[in-house]
Amino acid sequence: MQIYLPIAEMSVNVFWLLGLGGGVGYLSGLFGVGGGFLMTPLLIFIGVPPAVAVATEANQIVAASVSGVLAHWRRANVDFKMGGVLLAGGLLGSTFGVWLYSLLRELGQLDLVIALAYVAFLGIIGSLMLVEAARTILRRRRPSGAARKLHQHTWLHGLPFKLRFRKSKLYISAILPLGVGLFVGVLAAIMGVGGGFVMVPAMIYLLGMPTAVVVGTSLFQIIFVTANVTFLQAVNNQTVDVVLAAMLLTGGVIGAQLGSRHTGKLPGEYLRGLLALLVLLVCGKLIFDLVAEPDDIYSLGSQVML
Amino acid sequence: MTGTALIGAAALGLALLGLAPSPAKAEPLIADLSEHRVSITTGFVGTDVLLFGATDGEGDVVVVVRGPARRELVRRKSRIGGIWVNDAEMAFDGVPAFYVVAANRAIAEIVPEALRTRHEIGSGYLRVKAEKGADPKEVRRFWSALVRNKELDQLYGKETRRVRFLGPRLFRTKVFFPANVPTGIYKVEVFLLRKGAVVGAQTTPLVISKAGIGAEVFEFAHRNSALYGIMAIAIALAAGWLAGFVFRKA
Repeated sequence: MQIYLPIAEMSVNVFWLLGLGGGVGYLSGLFGVGGGFLMTPLLIFIGVPPAVAVATEANQIVAASVSGVLAHWRRANVDFKMGGVLLAGGLLGSTFGVWLYSLLRELGQLDLVIALAYVAFLGIIGSLMLVEAARTILRRRRPSGAARKLHQHTWLHGLPFKLRFRKSKLYISAILPLGVGLFVGVLAAIMGVGGGFVMVPAMIYLLGMPTAVVVGTSLFQIIFVTANVTFLQAVNNQTVDVVLAAMLLTGGVIGAQLGSRHTGKLPGEYLRGLLALLVLLVCGKLIFDLVAEPDDIYSLGSQVML
Repeated sequence: MTGTALIGAAALGLALLGLAPSPAKAEPLIADLSEHRVSITTGFVGTDVLLFGATDGEGDVVVVVRGPARRELVRRKSRIGGIWVNDAEMAFDGVPAFYVVAANRAIAEIVPEALRTRHEIGSGYLRVKAEKGADPKEVRRFWSALVRNKELDQLYGKETRRVRFLGPRLFRTKVFFPANVPTGIYKVEVFLLRKGAVVGAQTTPLVISKAGIGAEVFEFAHRNSALYGIMAIAIALAAGWLAGFVFRKA
């Protein structure tokens, strides 16, 4: 059964889309990640114009993050003050990001920048995760007792505009979360991701937030940043395809539930290792597409192709 | 001659008589489409439109279908630092979004060069405007790339399609519009040729438009883009909340 996507202006099999949403949803439930960083490249691989893939994925992430944040809110795992500062940065960053996106699209370099951003982030994060997972697996076999210092003071703690974040038990400069939010906002706009994969490590290692509140707080911020991206993309580029978003969402919700039920079946480090391999696989495909000689070095401007 | 053609057409069961302005001064060529409007609905996967007609005697028929004229941008990649990057582009004005030619035999045998140029028969004969001052060699390279890419998308006909004659006077041909067909007003030109001269011609418009929910979504997204964005967010918020609510109970 084919469905015509009104904004992407293409006809796709409904079950393909539901399956794609379900598959990525399953992985995101299984691994506890957002999935935007997998979904956007996959949409591009099946022929959705990158411009539409990025903007529509932002719309889908709004929904995914809402259902995620509700669970964390119930357990009081959201630091709203920290979330607010991150969000202020995120709104600025994503607004700049959408502007940059429109500019790059006009210059004909959008696809390249999207692909390069993905290669860089998927490559770095996939490698780091793989190394971390491998180390954990090895350490479990040969236990060693080198304890890490809990809290280290660096020049970051000397920055001005200090704020107290009770929930996170932190007294740090507002510039730090603002900067993290800003950076992630730009990524959200250009890559069609929530940015959790960058924000969560930054919150833990850079800001020093307690792990328990990290996920809830980042989801809280992601809702508003991706909503901002959705709005600005709809206004500036008319690239948000609600039909596509609805299809992915339906599949995604069901997949995520199944995935989260299967989480306990494998030890965490093996799961992370698998996810890392998957991330590197997508990264490898993107690199291949950039490096391999295209079938035709000419392309039509109105029709954007990766 | 005219009379026999009309009798012939009527005898073959084609209700084309009504289309002719007056039976006494009948056209040498009459043609029509099976549909004058193609609607791109939610389930649209492309469609065939049948063109049929009658001539007043022996002759060759050439059909040209063209979509609305547009400005098209062609980009070229080169390898920079190991990766393929767009680094050259050229714009063409007046490029038909869709272009297909059909004929009952090889175009070159029917239509002399001068006529092909005048009526723009064949993608090589389209009068498009390239950027001023561009190197003609480059223009040719970019133009052939545009045609090649359009052919790949099934928007330009790679070769001349068949016009079939059923007997000496009735003819028919099918034009396929793929799922990615651009919307707008199309022009279907039918030429009747004898000994290298056009003896009859007819132009019929064809409207390709989006219809149904898809059309409304597209219109809404372009006309009220701010409201569309807000609604997209509202739908996502509601869906997310609903999912969170449903699966908490589960």
